[in-house]
Amino acid sequence: MELTVRIQRYDPEKDSAPHFEDYKLDNVNKTDRILDLLNRIKWEIDGGLTYRRSCTHGICGSDAVKINGRNRLACSVLVQDLKISKSRIQIEPIPALPLQKDLLVDMSSFFEKYEIVKPYLIPKDAPPERERYQSNEDAELLFESAKCIHCGSCSTSCPSLWVNENYIGPAAFLKAYRFIFDTRDDATAERLDLIDSADGLWRCHTIFNCVEACPKEIDITWHISQLKKAALSREI
Amino acid sequence: MIHQYDVIIVGAGGAGLQAAIEIPTESSCAVLTKVFPTRSHTGTAQGGVSAALGNEEEDSWEWHAFDTVKGGDYLGDQDAIETMCKDAIRAIIALEHMGMPFNRTPEGKIAQRMFGGHTANFGEKPVRRACYSADRTGHVMLQTLYEQCMKNDVTFFNEFHVMDLIIRDGVCRGLVAIEIKTGEIHIFHAKAVMFATGGYGRVFQITSNAMAGTGDGFEMAYRNGVPLEDMEFVQFHPTGLWKLGILVSEAARGEGGILRNKDGERFMERYAPSIKDLAPRDMVSRAIYTEIKEGRGIEASDGSFYVGLDLTHLGKEIIEEKLPEITGFAKTYLGVDANEEWIPVQPTTHYAMGGIPTTIDAEVIVDENNTTMPGFYAAGECACVSVHGANRLGTNSLLDILVFGRRGGKKITEFLVNAELPELPDDASEWTRNTIKRIRNNDNSVKMIDVRNEMQFTMMDTCSVFRVEESMKEGLQKIKELQEKYLLVGIDDKSKGFNTDLLEVVELGSLLNTAETIITCAINRKESRGAHWREDYAKRDDTNWLKHSLIFGTTGSTPDIRYKPVIIKQFEPKERVY
Repeated sequence: MELTVRIQRYDPEKDSAPHFEDYKLDNVNKTDRILDLLNRIKWEIDGGLTYRRSCTHGICGSDAVKINGRNRLACSVLVQDLKISKSRIQIEPIPALPLQKDLLVDMSSFFEKYEIVKPYLIPKDAPPERERYQSNEDAELLFESAKCIHCGSCSTSCPSLWVNENYIGPAAFLKAYRFIFDTRDDATAERLDLIDSADGLWRCHTIFNCVEACPKEIDITWHISQLKKAALSREI
Repeated sequence: MIHQYDVIIVGAGGAGLQAAIEIPTESSCAVLTKVFPTRSHTGTAQGGVSAALGNEEEDSWEWHAFDTVKGGDYLGDQDAIETMCKDAIRAIIALEHMGMPFNRTPEGKIAQRMFGGHTANFGEKPVRRACYSADRTGHVMLQTLYEQCMKNDVTFFNEFHVMDLIIRDGVCRGLVAIEIKTGEIHIFHAKAVMFATGGYGRVFQITSNAMAGTGDGFEMAYRNGVPLEDMEFVQFHPTGLWKLGILVSEAARGEGGILRNKDGERFMERYAPSIKDLAPRDMVSRAIYTEIKEGRGIEASDGSFYVGLDLTHLGKEIIEEKLPEITGFAKTYLGVDANEEWIPVQPTTHYAMGGIPTTIDAEVIVDENNTTMPGFYAAGECACVSVHGANRLGTNSLLDILVFGRRGGKKITEFLVNAELPELPDDASEWTRNTIKRIRNNDNSVKMIDVRNEMQFTMMDTCSVFRVEESMKEGLQKIKELQEKYLLVGIDDKSKGFNTDLLEVVELGSLLNTAETIITCAINRKESRGAHWREDYAKRDDTNWLKHSLIFGTTGSTPDIRYKPVIIKQFEPKERVY
């Protein structure tokens, strides 16, 4: 099939503002990944088109972009997964972060927010000689949150972040959850203090944009609700 | 800009991060990576990391060592294998102490499952040795190691593309890199450099490897006079998702999955009667191609062939709990519900057994006499210790990066006690500047994509699972022509910042030169061993070929190949049957 891919372009060395350009592709298969289309445009039409990518199957988290208005991974969405009107799809950078070039945004502030929640295990006691024991049920409580690939789809789709750039955001909360609910970790109070703050948990208004945006289908809002419960219960 | 550090580590996958954690805070250390650390390819490893913990049933590091030796068709160095398998137990416990989330046994220990080639009692029956976290083991391992780096406040230079090593008079003095964001050239002047740069899967058309897997580390070392060891040994993973090559973990077979041909036959019973579907990867890949060649493959709508990976008998619970990621891939990319249908699979280029030769402490070796180069270290897929020999066992790569990344970090720490900053030559960045200038100035009549497509097709066509001299020679000729053509490749994007157009051309240079070493060594080795299968020399030949090859780049047209003996300890080479 023929398809027009409309892409937001911006080269800070040449352009004063971002603009859209259309690229017509023929022989598009319905099973092509959106990343395949970006690659074709870059390799066959305009080598200047700039975006991040690496693993090509939704694990490295490099290629979150806005596809037809929704944050998604370009490598995990096929043409057939999209509702296409007028044989055209539209690709833009994910919002709410500084634009760098074409589909690239500066993710530094996104990554810095992880560091706020002390994203590493803090045990009270020295470890035993062998592994610490943990029940499989307790371990599995962490798996969903540990699936996160740091792509930024969730945080940048959140209206709370749009209005407050200091908002810690769903991705970092998920990381906090991963340690707070780890039976091996002993820094719950410390971490809850960090996220039970002015730019923290209570700015989540359960809008569910993050859940809809997450390419790994993590129920982020549920995890945040568990953190809110934990924060509340300690005040009683 | 010139930076000075005690240590520069290149690559932020498992090996690089594990090494960085070992460098004490008194030493200045930085990690350079062309992608953000958690984007590294370690994160795509799925099924597990092995250690003879014996949590599920009796196991011993000697059995693990034997399996690794036999799996590698007796080409692995047994001192290194012993080191790795013994240290595996400590390495996994250390990861658990760092907080890695593992699946657990009913009593709360780290759970373990079966994997190809891992057996009890020296080959008797499959054993549960692979420690895992669903089918995201690499992902959570990479996350855990990165978490420790944040805890230790490790310095990262993210999105820096390393272009060249600075080696003069046999001493490594640092490296040259491009800051991707600005396009500026940075010189990192250092006492020690460690390469943990990963693999080269993108040399081939069908691969499980990330687009970043362009062989940069191999090529930079080789270009600077360091030999490469055993480059002919390329692992083709038997179960790549049909056409796409995306990895479908061996854990699928570890949990009971079965490979079937078009008649529904469990064909591995004929090739490996004792361990069947859990035979090592090289054997399973050959079996799949043999089935297809003999007319028992399943024909796809486009006329290509695959075989089926049958998980339908496992039950929804096992699939959802233990194999969620790979069954998700089958659904997303091929629309296949693994609960109901077989997953279409074909072999996919997966792993480099060969690489930069090192000691068991990650020191880079520069000749057949094991002479080491001061200040240069390598670990992980880009290195050849050699623990994987002619064919790596599944789960041993995640183990390799933990064990040898750490040993490298420790050895560098020792080295730093007496090391001085070597003198920096004036022409350190000359090659880098000339290369960038050439690519920028070329008119764009020869396209990167055409050269790359032709290289990937050629390597797949002439140097994959089954190899034969005549066709490989044609392949090599083609690669040489492409290397000439490459010098004319230009770019559309003339900007400085984020010039990924330029960097893809640079990466193509790495791929082409790496391809040349692979195919040259494959032509040279006139026997079949592990993943290197010659139709014209279909037997292993221990009399003439029980040795490592070392390829040296020369200024002439033909690279020089020399040899190094294999270190044999307790396991004498035997016929390899399963």
